[in-house]
Amino acid sequence: MNRTANSQTTVTAVPEHTVEIITNSGEGAQKCATIFGQTCAKMGNGVWTVEIIPAEIEPPHHTVTSTSGNIVRFGTEKVTNWGDRSKLAVAFNDQVCLSRHRLDSFDDDCIILHEAMWEKHEDENIRNNYAKAMEEMSSKNYRFIKVPIEEETLKVVDNAQHGKNMFALGLLAEIYQRDLSIIEKQIANIFRHKSAKVTEVNIELVKNGIAWARENLDFQFQIKSVPAKESRVVMNGNQAAALGAVAAGMEMCAMYPITPATSVSHELAAIIENYGGMVHQAEDEIAACGVALGASYGGKVALTVTSGPGMALKTEFLALAIMTEIPLVVLNVQRGGPSTGLPTKVEQSDLLSSLYSQPGDAPRVVIAPRSIEECFHAMVTARRIAETFRCVVIILTDANLASGVQQFTRPKFDVRWQQEPIDFSALPEGLRPYDWDSETGLSRRIVPGTPGGQHTVTGLAHDEESHVSYDPESNERGCKMRSRKLAVFQSTLIPPSVYGDEEGDLLVVGWGSTQGAIEEAVDRARAEGMKISTCQLTFLSPMEPGLKEIFSRFKQVMTVEINYSDTVGDPYITEETRRYGQLAWLLRAQTLVDIDCWTSCPGQPLRPNDIYNSIIDKSERGASK
Amino acid sequence: MSSIAISLLDIEDDASECLVAEDYQTREGKWCAGCGDFGALNAVKRLLAKEQLKPEKMAFVSGIGCSSRFPHYVNAYGFHGIHGRALPIATGLKLARPELDVFVVMGDGDCTSIGAGHWIHATRYNPNLTVLLLDNNIYGLTKNQTSPTTPQGYKSNTSPRGSVLPALNPLQATLGVSNASFVAQTADWVPAHMYATLQAAYQHTGFSFIRILQRCPKFTPDVFQDQIKNPDLTELLVHEDGVDAPGLERLFKARRVHDPKDIDEARSLAQRTDMLRLGIFFRDDSFPVYDEIRSVRPVSPEEKVQGLEREFDRYAV
Ligand SMILES: Cc1ncc(C[n+]2csc(CCOP(=O)(O)OP(=O)(O)O)c2C)c(N)n1
Ligand SMILES: [Mg+2]
Repeated sequence: MNRTANSQTTVTAVPEHTVEIITNSGEGAQKCATIFGQTCAKMGNGVWTVEIIPAEIEPPHHTVTSTSGNIVRFGTEKVTNWGDRSKLAVAFNDQVCLSRHRLDSFDDDCIILHEAMWEKHEDENIRNNYAKAMEEMSSKNYRFIKVPIEEETLKVVDNAQHGKNMFALGLLAEIYQRDLSIIEKQIANIFRHKSAKVTEVNIELVKNGIAWARENLDFQFQIKSVPAKESRVVMNGNQAAALGAVAAGMEMCAMYPITPATSVSHELAAIIENYGGMVHQAEDEIAACGVALGASYGGKVALTVTSGPGMALKTEFLALAIMTEIPLVVLNVQRGGPSTGLPTKVEQSDLLSSLYSQPGDAPRVVIAPRSIEECFHAMVTARRIAETFRCVVIILTDANLASGVQQFTRPKFDVRWQQEPIDFSALPEGLRPYDWDSETGLSRRIVPGTPGGQHTVTGLAHDEESHVSYDPESNERGCKMRSRKLAVFQSTLIPPSVYGDEEGDLLVVGWGSTQGAIEEAVDRARAEGMKISTCQLTFLSPMEPGLKEIFSRFKQVMTVEINYSDTVGDPYITEETRRYGQLAWLLRAQTLVDIDCWTSCPGQPLRPNDIYNSIIDKSERGASK
Repeated sequence: MSSIAISLLDIEDDASECLVAEDYQTREGKWCAGCGDFGALNAVKRLLAKEQLKPEKMAFVSGIGCSSRFPHYVNAYGFHGIHGRALPIATGLKLARPELDVFVVMGDGDCTSIGAGHWIHATRYNPNLTVLLLDNNIYGLTKNQTSPTTPQGYKSNTSPRGSVLPALNPLQATLGVSNASFVAQTADWVPAHMYATLQAAYQHTGFSFIRILQRCPKFTPDVFQDQIKNPDLTELLVHEDGVDAPGLERLFKARRVHDPKDIDEARSLAQRTDMLRLGIFFRDDSFPVYDEIRSVRPVSPEEKVQGLEREFDRYAV
């Protein structure tokens, strides 16, 4: 019965596609998508994978809240973000499918390979719910194809729960002509700790999926790939950050579990002891920060990893680190706020609190990696800045980077990325604990164990001797010196590069993880002849130099951010009362340029199309001004 | 240089560097006259001299409060931290630098109120720290507010009609935590006992928790008045594994032989209110010590780079 794609099968060549695998949580969508994504990457496609995570571990099955799954966007070229809506989906039931529909996740003519068993299910309730869901989704032009996923899976395994995902993988493999030998290797690798039988069964399921698709589907999509020249790796941003911490030579990561940051510590806990380090799970985020600070005081450059609510708890300790000038790296994997907010979902709303959450003046460095690759390198950079400037460095990533999976050029490690051994050499005669260089504010870090260096560091105002001092002069001097270090650091930075022409009608400014989506939107607008460029900031405190000059070359400047801002025209909201997006707020203060913003906080990464629409809207408003 | 020459030099060094108690103090303590913190500082200085600890090889970590000024007056590395949070800092320091002797000094508000969570958990982690709770039953620095250890009925600025709750008993609380390995109580008006208790705490490997009862001359001058006037209201816990000091037997008639290994008796004694008890309530050297069980082999930068290549192989496309 097997037949290869023949004249009845339409093969459509496309530059890229976005595919969803949507299941109840616990049905293995993750494995299916990981293998599919890896296979695409290995075949030379650009890939971006995102998880759809329910807030609970395993909520009641077959409900809209049980939706778990993955989105894989892959194409001929590099893929830098999750893109717009999905072109094809595999759905294990009508309710999880409905939840994605309600989130407007599917393209209007999305192809949905839907489990066939529910429509005529013996349970009337299930049948009714199915019918209602289909009715609701009929507003769109989706093409539903019913696939007996469970029935086919049961031909190979007794429990379809553990198997449907591989059958689904087979469907996708056939539709996108994926290389079966690569899939087989991936499966063998994933199940390497289980018996050979497990691998065999899973491969059989994939093959059955392929055969079913061949037999029953009349379409395929072709996405060309160009094998990469240099060697590459594929991982998510949290894995990249964890490996970056090791590459930076960090030996202490103190943390308290919090989504979506925790998996950084999972990755680290698995390996860091082989690198002379440890993960300390503290009793709370305050303690985690304190343990990290204590370790840094002892000569390390320690790391603490957290997300919004944990960040709030660490504030007092961060001020102490800043006041005592003890290096510390803080990774904040942002999620939606305020309070417990959106635990598993993305937002860029901790920018201002990262800069200003401490009482008093507490200068620190804040950087935001723009890609998964930068999550790795940011750790190395942060460690070095923290040590050189005896300061706190906060790295702002987010749930988008944390769980997005993308390939990047394999780094070439350098031993100089790591911390130098502690300098225990005798201190020059008369050296004081805070012998601030009056130009730079820098002073030598004296670590316990250094003979003759005994002194007590304190969070109280202090003089060069580290003696508590409340006199006006020494307080002003301390503030000045701690701030000066930031200016010195800023002098080492270069202006950010502009993507697109150096001048034009509109400059879109973003920060951190939105780079890929913004650039894609800008490309689209430029292709239509619009004079639009973008600039993605990575240093937020201090900011890269030259911003004002860059802004002056554009008629309008607008930030795009995943956070809240008021919309003029809403009740009570005027130009005067309007609260801006957080980067816009900062840039307005920094440059005195009338910078607008378009922000959105849907709990998902921004879509290029939404950004594009905001650009069009801004251009039209600008033109009518 | 031969190893013999090195060891000779070491001896010479040591001989030339015999430090006395005064060498361990940097400057006069700025506490009120009659403050119990002076007594603790004296006992600590004596201990450091007795043990001949190298000033650069120790660190004193504290929180915020009158008592937390302590590190400023000791010739050692010091970390005067934030209110309630000395223990996480000390734990981190000890994990990073296990070879250092790390002491922690906290007030009663510091440790048993704002820092209570860290106190419970540090007790359980059981890092090798010598921990002094300077318990004057009041918030001193902020001027006379009720602390968890303020006796019920005792008046303060925040409880002008007297503290409404029974005082928290830090010994009982500490002894209730799994993996607690050393719990002792001493008092500022018995310096010989305090010194002996400190020595035992220092020698114990693990989280050595000493509650030092003391008076605040401004706000709680009379809290221990009865016991000070009448030594018969105090019972000394003695044992060959406990602490004793010359002269104490003449002062305190009531003596109880208590084996510090006996956790049940320790707990029962800690909760009794019939007498004030000084001595080691509990000590067990066999419990897991956090910085020991978490110690890791140092790895060279080159080795790290090689290892990283293997990690990245896992993610290779
Ligand atoms: C976060 C925070 N809350 C409150 C304070 C104010 N404060 C400083 S010391 C202290 C209590 C001091 O009492 P205790 O710990 O018993 O120490 P003592 O002064 O009695 O030695 C308080 C509440 C502070 N410094 N930080
Ligand atoms: Mg007190």
